[in-house]
Amino acid sequence: MSLVYAGICSHGPGITARADRADPVVRDAFYANLDKMRQDIVDAGAEAIIVIAAEHFANFFMNNMPAYCIGMADEYEGPIEDPEWLKIEKTKVPGNPGLSKRLITELMQTVDVAFSEEWKFDHGISVPLNFLTPEYDMPIIPANINCQGPPLTPLHRAWAFGEALRRACDSVPEKLAIVGTGGISHWPATPDSGKINLEWDQEFMDRFKRNDKDAMLSYSDEETYRDAGQGGYEIRTLIATAAAAKGAQANVHFFEPIPIFATSCFCASFEL
Amino acid sequence: MSLYYLQKVLYDINRNEQAQQKYRDDVDTLLNDYTLTDEERLALKTPDIGLLYVLGVNGQILMHFAAFHQIEWDDYLQAMRDGIAEHGEVREGVYAMTGAGENFTIDTEVQSD
Repeated sequence: MSLVYAGICSHGPGITARADRADPVVRDAFYANLDKMRQDIVDAGAEAIIVIAAEHFANFFMNNMPAYCIGMADEYEGPIEDPEWLKIEKTKVPGNPGLSKRLITELMQTVDVAFSEEWKFDHGISVPLNFLTPEYDMPIIPANINCQGPPLTPLHRAWAFGEALRRACDSVPEKLAIVGTGGISHWPATPDSGKINLEWDQEFMDRFKRNDKDAMLSYSDEETYRDAGQGGYEIRTLIATAAAAKGAQANVHFFEPIPIFATSCFCASFEL
Repeated sequence: MSLYYLQKVLYDINRNEQAQQKYRDDVDTLLNDYTLTDEERLALKTPDIGLLYVLGVNGQILMHFAAFHQIEWDDYLQAMRDGIAEHGEVREGVYAMTGAGENFTIDTEVQSD
């Protein structure tokens, strides 16, 4: 077995961009848990991190939108956002194209995944990395699920993608971490930013914690849009991570609504 | 159909520094590469964040464009509310306003002096 860590965390741009406007007690507790994730990944001996992300039109557009895509580059760059706005400097992030190629090859046994030898990170990956690999010294393999431009992949396919990713991880000798990053209920980048459906979030996190596949896959996109906003579509990244954990239960280390960060913020990891 | 190209030009500007420079130096030439209505061209050149929002630009694309223009977060949110007040409801896409213009963060924020 080569998957040594699987966890999830939030990625909203406000987490860095609007840090000074959050309650410092809650914010710092969140940051401390992100730092604990960083340490747990290091302690697990991970040699690379696969980030299951929901990018926001940094690479993919409606001219050729892959449902799933994995990076296969030697290095990546980001964030695309104005660095003064996001409060993260533009940087290069190392990849591992050989490892990517082996993972993608195995994934393709069951999933028609796209791949890309160039990739620009946006806040969806840059914000988590700002906390999880602040020195940018860990190879990153980005794995994107289209959660932005409908039609979107069905939830049960996101689960299948996660299962395939686990099988691919188990087929290589490297010790790997998977970090899924997406929102639960939120209405990002709209006038409703900061609106949070806490009840919906608590219910989702309960299903996630139990790794209850049927319950997690039971949401329709219509229900999600109504109850959790367009940002709720990003649960695909969390569901894929749960699938990669192969039925393991999750520990939720942090879960608090932080409206100025536009979402309930969370850190959780699986007992692999 | 036009919304596709409206978002495409923003996508290109958001991720490509050469496109950003062209937007600054010669916006008309840049926009000639896309199929746009006069209303869309004006919204892009102004920039009119509120109108772009009402035209249906995905918020994730629009947010990055606002950051490129150094528009502060609160001003960005207000520009979208003002756009709806002036031009009506969001016409396309999945980023419609559902909260009647309410401010959802003010009660929990640390206020600066």
